[in-house]
Amino acid sequence: MSEKQLRSPLGRALGLGSAKEGVAHWWAQRVSAVALVPLGIWFCASLVSLAGADRLTLMAWLHGPVAAVLMILTLGALFYHASLGLQVVIEDYAPGEGTKLVGIVFVKLLALLLAVAGIFAVLKLAFGG
Amino acid sequence: MHKLHPELAQKEAPVSGFSPMTQAERPLSPHLQIYKWPLTMATSIAHRATGLALSAGAVFLVWWLVAAASSEAAFADAQWFFGSWLGLIFLFGWCWSFFYHLCNGIRHLVWDAGHGYDLQTAYRSSQLVLAASVVLTLVAFIAGVMVRHG
Repeated sequence: MSEKQLRSPLGRALGLGSAKEGVAHWWAQRVSAVALVPLGIWFCASLVSLAGADRLTLMAWLHGPVAAVLMILTLGALFYHASLGLQVVIEDYAPGEGTKLVGIVFVKLLALLLAVAGIFAVLKLAFGG
Repeated sequence: MHKLHPELAQKEAPVSGFSPMTQAERPLSPHLQIYKWPLTMATSIAHRATGLALSAGAVFLVWWLVAAASSEAAFADAQWFFGSWLGLIFLFGWCWSFFYHLCNGIRHLVWDAGHGYDLQTAYRSSQLVLAASVVLTLVAFIAGVMVRHG
């Protein structure tokens, strides 16, 4: 036992780690990141091809099933990944537990609202404005 | 908030929720302002900063889509904004943020797989990510301008 102990005596006795859900969060962030690599490249290329497009061109683009489905997947993965990332930022910088809780709940609900609004808009455009 | 026994209070201040008796002797490190800024540190905080910028950009993306789904006038407002100088500066910033976060995110995934941790490789990949993000941004932005005016 010459090594310096990094864990508190209580932590050593319980042996339960941090008691939070780090691994699930970590995995979800990676999986959504992997999904966003092809989706992000596709989305960026699409935006370039749509630069300056009018509304009818945008609607025609979303009429195709591929564009509409990929756009919905992009929005879902994007806001999921963003809410996971923003959660960590809040956890790192929030001054107190109350601020942290309110901040995380706010970010998660806002991400859900924006994702649903975006997906609804895509569906409306896809099925004819 | 709670009163400590005087003997305990003389020791170091407790971290919230722990009494001084349960303190482990964890090593202390100097804080940010002590270090100079190596490139690896800059690319690390830039990943978070671009993530925040892209989150803000996602709000504008939804605005654009909802405007298109709402009416011709609402979409014209959105298109006017994205075509304005401020809008173009924002688009350029999001474009670079996207490619930076994409490239550095792939770098993170490589780290997660257990590769590229030695110092020289970490510096090299920092430089590679920065160079790739700038080149990809310029390519995408110039292509977008050409599509718009071509």
